[in-house]
Amino acid sequence: MVASPKVSEEAPKVAHPSGAAILAQIKAAQVREIVALPDIVTSDGLLWPISRDPDFRLTRICKEDEGVSICGAMSYNGTRALLMMQQTGLMDSLNAIRAIGVDYELPVVMMVGLQGKEPHMHPDDSASYGVRIIRPVLDAMELSHSLIEEPGDEAQIPQAVEAAYVSSRPHIFLIGRPPEAT
Amino acid sequence: MHRDSALKALIPHIHDDDIVVAVYQSCFDWLALNPRDLNYVAVGAMGQASSHGLGLALANPGRRVIVLDGDGSLLMNLGALVTIANAGVANLYHFLSANRVYEVNGAHPLPGADRVDFAAMAWAAGYAGVQRFGNVDRFAAAIPQVLSLSGPQFISMEIKPGAAYPRDYAYIHSAQARSSFRAALNRG
Repeated sequence: MVASPKVSEEAPKVAHPSGAAILAQIKAAQVREIVALPDIVTSDGLLWPISRDPDFRLTRICKEDEGVSICGAMSYNGTRALLMMQQTGLMDSLNAIRAIGVDYELPVVMMVGLQGKEPHMHPDDSASYGVRIIRPVLDAMELSHSLIEEPGDEAQIPQAVEAAYVSSRPHIFLIGRPPEAT
Repeated sequence: MHRDSALKALIPHIHDDDIVVAVYQSCFDWLALNPRDLNYVAVGAMGQASSHGLGLALANPGRRVIVLDGDGSLLMNLGALVTIANAGVANLYHFLSANRVYEVNGAHPLPGADRVDFAAMAWAAGYAGVQRFGNVDRFAAAIPQVLSLSGPQFISMEIKPGAAYPRDYAYIHSAQARSSFRAALNRG
């Protein structure tokens, strides 16, 4: 768990992305295998709905680096998968991502909730150290990543997933605001 | 029993379409004893063999997946026992070479080397079946029955090193190993 900065009541109110719209784009990306650890940012809007959706097969894991291996291994016959976790788990999995995603050139696609990020702020400007360092760490590892914060940001998902599988490289979607459950 | 003797006993029971995921010294021994394109050797990070095996088992339900794990490796990813048991993969067979040391890293002892009961851990995690062997003749006789059972099955092999097989790290991390596996898998 990451310390969450207190957000001022005067902070601007911002719109949150739709969980249903994100799930529709995941399906449009031909992803049916979800490998996940719970993350409070995406719990209500994504993971609980996925757990009830018969279009997905959800594999619950005990630790995030298991998921890197599971998704990487699935890719050998073209099976598309999405690994869901919190940014703390992402940090804990960097060696597996380095070895399996980068050195082995496998398309491990991740969706990572930025727990502790202020909804109205860009992650690089967050008061939370654990949030603020994520994008620079991914850049240092030369990992492709993109941000899903605003309604409509989810439209990028199919193209990014396709690019990951065509290039056989990882991609990380960072979820900056808890998706609405609808 | 010696590891290479145990692996030699297993070889006749491997089908052409089986996937074998092998790690570290078990992998080096296996590659020397039974080279084949459906050997999956690129597990990347220590401890991850069983998780790669799970991904392969989920994505390839028509194939058996044989994992040749090490005890030091398993200790780095113990939660995988629970994940595998919960995933309901009937086609996964998890063999453990329990030599009680980190063999390729200087043969230092595992923590709790003389006490840890890996088979009990797998049973408690919920594997469909668990067996342990310390005698190669009994192991060899049991393999056909073990592999006929619905998975996930866990087979703990109490072993000692056998012959010294070359440790070809360059191959297991090579693009060639991955591409030959991928091609074989997708040939059907």
